[in-house]
Amino acid sequence: MMGRGTAVGSRSGMASDRSGYGRQRAARQRLEVISGHLGRQEASGACEGRQADDVHRNAVPRRRQDVLKWNGWGFRDSKFLFNKKGLAELTGKRYQLSGTLMPGLKDWFEGTFGANLQHRSPAVPALNPSVVPPPNLHAAFVEALKEATIPCTHEPEDRVFHSHGHCLHEIFALREGKIGRVPDLVVWPGCHADVVRIVELACQHNVCLIPYGGGTSVSSALQCPLEESRCIISVDTSQMNRILWIDEKNLTAHVEAGIIGQDLERLLREHGYCTGHEPDSMEFSSLGGWVATRASGMKKNVYGNIENLVVHIKMVTPCGVMEKSCQGPRISAGPDIHHFILGSEGTLGVVTEVTLKIRPFPEYRKYGSVVFPSFEQGVSCLREVAKQRCAPASIRLMDNAQFHFGHALRPQTSMFMSFLDGLKKFYITKFKGFDPQRLCVATLLFEGDQNHVLNQEQQVYDIAAQFGGLAAGEDNGQRGYLLTFIIAYLRDLGMEYYVIGESFETSVPWDRVLDLCRNVKERIERECKDRGVQFPPLSTCRVTQIYDAGACVYFYFAFNYRGLSDPMRLYEQVEHSAREEILASGGSLSHHHGVGKLRKQWMQETISKVGLGMLRSVKEHLDPQNIFGNRNLL
Amino acid sequence: MASRTLYSQRDPALKKRDDFEDILEERRNSSDLKYALKCYMPVLYKGVTPCKPSMIKTMVLQSEQLRYVVTELSKETGEATEVIQGEALAILEEMAHKLHLGTVRFFAYMLNKAFKVLYQRIRVNEDGIQRLQQAIQEHPLVLLPSHRSYMDFLIVSYLLYTNDLALPVIAAGMDFLGMKFVGEMLRMSGAFFIRRSFGGDRLYWAVFSEYVKTILRNGYAPIEFFLEGTRSRTCKSLTPKVGLLSIAMEPFFKGEVFDVSMVPISISYERVLEEALYARELLGVPKPKESTSGLLKARRILSEDYGNIHVYFGQPVSLRSLAQGRINRSQYNLMPRHISRRPGEDVQVFVNDVAYKMVRLQEESMVLRPWVLVATILLQNPHGVEAVWLAEQTAWLRGLAQAFGAFLDWPDHISASRAVASGLALHPNLVCTERGRVRLATEPKGPGARAPEEDLFNHAVTVLSCASYRNQVLHVFLRPALLAMAMDVAPTSRKDDVYSCFGYLRDVFSNEFILCPGAEVQDFDEACFLLTKCSAIQILKQDIVATERGRPTLSFLSAMFQPFLLGYQVVCRYLCEEVAESLPEKSYVAGVRSYAVKRILSGELACLEVLSSDLQKNVLAALLRMGALRKSKAGELVTLRVNKSAINTIENTLGGRVSTQKPVLARL
Ligand SMILES: Cc1cc2nc3c(=O)[nH]c(=O)nc-3n(C[C@H](O)[C@H](O)[C@H](O)COP(=O)(O)OP(=O)(O)OC[C@H]3O[C@@H](n4cnc5c(N)ncnc54)[C@H](O)[C@@H]3O)c2cc1C
Repeated sequence: MMGRGTAVGSRSGMASDRSGYGRQRAARQRLEVISGHLGRQEASGACEGRQADDVHRNAVPRRRQDVLKWNGWGFRDSKFLFNKKGLAELTGKRYQLSGTLMPGLKDWFEGTFGANLQHRSPAVPALNPSVVPPPNLHAAFVEALKEATIPCTHEPEDRVFHSHGHCLHEIFALREGKIGRVPDLVVWPGCHADVVRIVELACQHNVCLIPYGGGTSVSSALQCPLEESRCIISVDTSQMNRILWIDEKNLTAHVEAGIIGQDLERLLREHGYCTGHEPDSMEFSSLGGWVATRASGMKKNVYGNIENLVVHIKMVTPCGVMEKSCQGPRISAGPDIHHFILGSEGTLGVVTEVTLKIRPFPEYRKYGSVVFPSFEQGVSCLREVAKQRCAPASIRLMDNAQFHFGHALRPQTSMFMSFLDGLKKFYITKFKGFDPQRLCVATLLFEGDQNHVLNQEQQVYDIAAQFGGLAAGEDNGQRGYLLTFIIAYLRDLGMEYYVIGESFETSVPWDRVLDLCRNVKERIERECKDRGVQFPPLSTCRVTQIYDAGACVYFYFAFNYRGLSDPMRLYEQVEHSAREEILASGGSLSHHHGVGKLRKQWMQETISKVGLGMLRSVKEHLDPQNIFGNRNLL
Repeated sequence: MASRTLYSQRDPALKKRDDFEDILEERRNSSDLKYALKCYMPVLYKGVTPCKPSMIKTMVLQSEQLRYVVTELSKETGEATEVIQGEALAILEEMAHKLHLGTVRFFAYMLNKAFKVLYQRIRVNEDGIQRLQQAIQEHPLVLLPSHRSYMDFLIVSYLLYTNDLALPVIAAGMDFLGMKFVGEMLRMSGAFFIRRSFGGDRLYWAVFSEYVKTILRNGYAPIEFFLEGTRSRTCKSLTPKVGLLSIAMEPFFKGEVFDVSMVPISISYERVLEEALYARELLGVPKPKESTSGLLKARRILSEDYGNIHVYFGQPVSLRSLAQGRINRSQYNLMPRHISRRPGEDVQVFVNDVAYKMVRLQEESMVLRPWVLVATILLQNPHGVEAVWLAEQTAWLRGLAQAFGAFLDWPDHISASRAVASGLALHPNLVCTERGRVRLATEPKGPGARAPEEDLFNHAVTVLSCASYRNQVLHVFLRPALLAMAMDVAPTSRKDDVYSCFGYLRDVFSNEFILCPGAEVQDFDEACFLLTKCSAIQILKQDIVATERGRPTLSFLSAMFQPFLLGYQVVCRYLCEEVAESLPEKSYVAGVRSYAVKRILSGELACLEVLSSDLQKNVLAALLRMGALRKSKAGELVTLRVNKSAINTIENTLGGRVSTQKPVLARL
């Protein structure tokens, strides 16, 4: 039925963890050089045991803009472009797909959006520091920080970098060189004690703190509230990035909350472990950010979501430090206080240290893919997999439009068999009846001990067959997962050519999955049409997570805005309608992106007035001065 | 206000309407057989997986909703689920359509033949057909034709077939099944059959609603039903029934379809086939049981000329747009969708509003022939008029109707006298012309004296038939006329007095005419606007006053609705004078009728329209609604208890003898 390949040992596709160890070293050296330029790591007095060397283990330095784009996604050395021949290409050497040519993208891009490579909408070339409003500094507070030897800056570049997440409107504004309210000061605590001091000082001087992890928020959570007149300090946790201990008896690790995903996994790997928590943003997002947003990782079926992974959390609040007294695996002692922290989105305090479950690094890994005649059948299959509780580490179902998109991204090299070509062959024989305009594809990732994986694989393919699914090879599956980390780069490419887009997600009971997908996609199309978007938008979805009682659905929405006077407003209206449609169709406000300020207006509807009151009272108790004043959620 | 947009725009005269084309013309010049056998390849709803009627039945039987109800019933009654499932199957067998293209072709062939004989033209708005073609592909479709004749059942399907559009599945009353052959034929041309009443029968309801929803959800075929529930015997639109409509909306509320398009269809007959039957029925000759032989006898009908039919396919109305901001669909999130609940208050009100809106849209696009104007004038002049004056008056009324936005089919180049003459020619049974005078026809007095009742009865048939034409134009004049009447009965000309009288009349007549609930203010505004526009009234700071020029208009309008005003008063008087405290509901109609007959024969009352059972039933509904009558049930017997003082007040108010003050209103 399908080729049983060998295990793919290490995860590929992610930066700084490439297949060859040599290359990994090379990348690390590059970073060392970069951070070397950065100069001194001011280890503050309170942080014992911190070695200057620690910084070299970070994929992202303190001055983020040195390595990361200031107005787009990811590393500066990696970006998509169309070369002179019109072939798409990802620059740099970081990713497995870096340097490969993708000949299909141009046609797909122009055909899908009615875009034209002649029509460009370039970003402003660089940040103009003079458009950054001067900092509103609180002199006494800054003085006290200096006394405590906690590094901070009010350089415009740093302040701008910390003023946003990765919502479309945030990036779009940066590309246009528009700078709104930005933090007045950025501070880098090195450890828990530093945070305690910072929070104390903030309360004393009544300034506003906004915790900053990896900056990958997609809910306007990091935006500075316009109505905030106090000095705003962005508390960048990136220097709190150590694994403090690993407990192999209990399989837990105690980690500082500023560590970013790829560093965490890399460091644990050195000890033969992993957390298995892999949100698509794991190259940049931080442990504290995951806790603060209730993040979800691709492989949650094996490892769990963040709330299943944490054993203990330490959070510094204006009232003091909140933590539990032991590390019992489950406690019945009133409502779980962790759940006040999980999803608190930086409104209650700073998460500083977290004890996480860890797992031995899996022995065996295998990719797979299945083609279904229709999305409906694909969803039925996923439902059955959930019912039989045999889900692989990851199972995702793309709709037809995403199947075509994935196809457009296929590399020129013959490294992977062209999906459609392979399909065509089958077409005549086996696939008869599969309509290329209707079929859809699921990608699979199995992980664990080999026997278990192989059995599970058999079970999943058997179920798939019941729903008309046909195995479509490991390569196609693997390629799907490679794309995970480069998709976000593609948005920047679109923006070069008048195409803007965004993704959003929800969770929904099984019986409403299809209805919700159809309604939301159609709502987007209709809203665009009604608002004068000339070319039909890309409106597509996939099921990215499955649960006993429902699924997570992820939507992409993009359109060509050439000729439209206020594309951002239009975009926001459409996104707003799409969310209304989700809620009306039985979906939730968010499965993992969180609420931030973007979805705040629906909080009451979502958790009831009483529920909202409960959250408010917690906020009022912990933070009556609204020190953590990012105004998310409530 | 959100509901505002549900109703029509302020100046109806601005309404743009499409042009018509005669579809019979082509039929007359080509072979019927070829037409019946033509290639029929309709476009389908984009989301449909084509399936056979039998497949729909299977889906219904296996649906969660039905299985749930079956299990519930089995728990309650102790009956085995298989038995109940069997009953469900039987219900479904009785109900379901069996659309069969061969039968449709046969019908098409026959109808073609019949239509060419019966009608001069069948005129359809081509643009409407085009829009339909588009709408069919986009969303599940609900077709909502007006209902004036049995012909309505066939004509829509006939037109859709002719235009290569998907054939609808049509809700029909069970009484058709009484006619063995015709019933099955209708079934095979897409009709499905519902019992008239199935009150508390949950199984029946479950099968029926799931059947409709299954068809709709899959976009299997457009669903067609008559909002008015039954054929209007008076040619006035009937208060809409909301049952089927709310079932048809449910898949949208529950997110199972993105949208539902509702298409109002106005079918207007220059002469209704059932004209005389209706009048007799209204006068108390019981409705003949629908029987095949009865229909066949109707072949006699084939020898007469029924003029034109106009079919106007309205703009598809998006349910989603109407529900925007009014219905919170997430109220369905917390229960499995196969468990039906009684819809919430907001949903009920919304469904009702939409039903009214759709009937209003039907009304507004009903084509009116000059004859309805003639009939209107003749009814106000029972002793006849000079032909010349009639033509002048008709021309005047035409102007007024047009200013009020009537959809008149009266080309500019046709003179009033010609228009009048052609109307008269088409209705020789209703009017006669003698020595330059035109009057309603009365049957010649035969040899030997007949009972005066019989004469009265015969004359009433003519009057009610004639009224059924006038009734077609009432909706155009209704709001300004209510204002005119309000000005007559209001104690002063002050705005709030007039408005409160207007509101009162509107309330009293809301079972008689299509008056959207909650739209008093809009209706009043519209009435003021129209009467000001034709300079009949002037709106001053505090007062509303008639202009000198406007008096004829106002009194004409009042006179047009006088029969209703009188009718309501007569019923009130009957209840006060002849009924002690209560009467059995069953004897109500007969009681009113004999009371009215007495009054008419004694010369006290000139208005024959009071004899119409339709009017009598509407008064009954209004009085019950206003609390002047109360129903009480003892076993099978339903009794009406009369609140005399309330009835008295209503009668006096309608007669302009008592001012409508707020307290009075409140007490009612
Ligand atoms: C391309 C892309 C892919 C993504 N994929 C996923 C995914 O697969 N799964 C998923 O769950 N999310 C995903 N996200 C969303 C985002 O990555 C998550 O919300 C993530 O958890 C945010 O972490 P961060 O460290 O970047 O936090 P930030 O963006 O810096 O901050 C997010 C919020 O958390 C607060 N916060 C941050 N750190 C702390 C702390 N230590 N203590 C208290 N509050 C804190 C901030 O104040 C802010 O309100 C994706 C985002 C992008 C752009």
